[in-house]
Amino acid sequence: MKGKDVKLIIAAIKPFKLEEVREALTTIGVRGMMVTEIKGFGSQSGHTEIYRGAEYAVNFVPKVRLEIVVSDSLADAVVETIRTTAKTDKIGDGKIFVLDVQHAVRVRTGEINDDAL
Amino acid sequence: MNTPMKLAGLATLGASLFASLPAWAQDATAEAAEVVAAAPAAVDNAFIFNTLLFLIGGFLVFWMAAGFAMLEAGLVRSKNVTMQLTKNIALFAIASLMYWIVGYNLMYPGDAWTMTGYVGQLFSAKTIGGDPDLATGYSAGSDFFFQLMFCATTASIVSGTLAERIKLWPFLIFTVVLTGFLYPIEASWQWGGGWLSEAGFSDFAGSTLVHAAGGFAALSGALILGPRLGKYTKEGRVNPMPGSNLALATLGTFVLWLGWFGFNGASQLALGTEVDANAVSIIFANTNMAASAGAVVAMILSQLIYKKVDLTMVLNGALAGLVSITAGPLDPSLFGAVWIGGIGGVIVLVVVPLLDKLKIDDVVGAIPVHLVAGFWGTMAVPFYTDGTSFGMQFVGFAAIGLFMFVTSGIVWVVLKSTMGLRPTQEDEMMGLDKAELGLEAYPEFTKG
Repeated sequence: MKGKDVKLIIAAIKPFKLEEVREALTTIGVRGMMVTEIKGFGSQSGHTEIYRGAEYAVNFVPKVRLEIVVSDSLADAVVETIRTTAKTDKIGDGKIFVLDVQHAVRVRTGEINDDAL
Repeated sequence: MNTPMKLAGLATLGASLFASLPAWAQDATAEAAEVVAAAPAAVDNAFIFNTLLFLIGGFLVFWMAAGFAMLEAGLVRSKNVTMQLTKNIALFAIASLMYWIVGYNLMYPGDAWTMTGYVGQLFSAKTIGGDPDLATGYSAGSDFFFQLMFCATTASIVSGTLAERIKLWPFLIFTVVLTGFLYPIEASWQWGGGWLSEAGFSDFAGSTLVHAAGGFAALSGALILGPRLGKYTKEGRVNPMPGSNLALATLGTFVLWLGWFGFNGASQLALGTEVDANAVSIIFANTNMAASAGAVVAMILSQLIYKKVDLTMVLNGALAGLVSITAGPLDPSLFGAVWIGGIGGVIVLVVVPLLDKLKIDDVVGAIPVHLVAGFWGTMAVPFYTDGTSFGMQFVGFAAIGLFMFVTSGIVWVVLKSTMGLRPTQEDEMMGLDKAELGLEAYPEFTKG
């Protein structure tokens, strides 16, 4: 096995913060990320909407989910950058999770772990 | 360009147009050229303008089919969009064929009633060929083309109410009966010279004959079909099912609004005199006022009642304004059109939640817009039109409403007990696009 260990950082953030976070992460050396539109709830829970006279609860709030795989050494900086950039000080700013990755493989070359990033 | 120059330009254009008319005739045949050369004044301008009004009105009303299609595609959930569009184009095509095969002569039997005043000619296909009959004042083809569009409009009203939970084929079979028989029979009572016109009922462009008639067919269908799965919970709560695309719904409403100028304006049936040209213009202006008032009233009321403006209510409000003015678009003043149309907007805000309370699931609001505003429009006629009475207006509305409700109810029950109206629960949850058609409106996720 070659390449240093890598970590997976999953973050759920407010959708309008995505571009700002991407820019900040690029600046600190992140070279790729996966982005998904998701819905979910946390302590913000939901809100009510109205359609043709009937109110309904929207229990799942739209968020953007980032999945970023970086070498161990960069993981703390990534978490800190997301935390400070995505923060609005209002409820519903999101969550960040850090996970160990068994290994990463680049499809084209077969390189593994941080060489694959 | 200033106004005098514009007028001068128009006059020149007009002169050159009329000057060129005999030239076209000369190109056609030498014989015709001789006639024209001998008596150029023989061109029947009234015939030409009347025909032109039918043709323009006809293709404007045709465009309403597009409006209904977009409105409904926008207000159903994305899993039923392909089905809704399929129903809309199919119902228009079926209406065209049925109106030709049986509908037109059933509605306009002339002196050949099967049952005088009530049922016209049965199974008699319409023909339009041959030389123009100048005595009628318009081309037979233009009249057939124009009247056909009204028949199709009636069917369009039904598809929206019953959206998302009725199978394709039973709906289309209902459309065959509606456009071939039910609409032509009730419309013959008034526009075909039947018993209601004899009795003094007045419905200029069809608040009752087209809109309420379609609304009653939709209502009986909604009652027999039942609401969409999950629309009303056991505890009696309403579970909203927001439409998939409000941009399409808004486009559809604008398209309907445009089409309505043909619907009401061309129902003057003549453009050959200054009086008729003036009448058509008044109708256009009144029609526009009523729609605007309906939209504004619906907007203000939804803000007051729900603390937010509901776009779908505003769209319904504009359409309810249009339906409200349709029974009498010529006689009211502009102010008259505004208050008549404005009450259409009130109707939407009252009847939409009322239907939900009664657990009648009307996906696009066709019942408040076409049936209830149709009733209001019909009853408002005597405020401005001489020789009409509230009593007779009510009798006409009730007779047509009862006829449509009962006959279409029978057709729905027969269809339900033979081929069934509803898809299986599983198919309905999956959406009719996948379950019945195997074709999604928005398939990009895996097929992009």
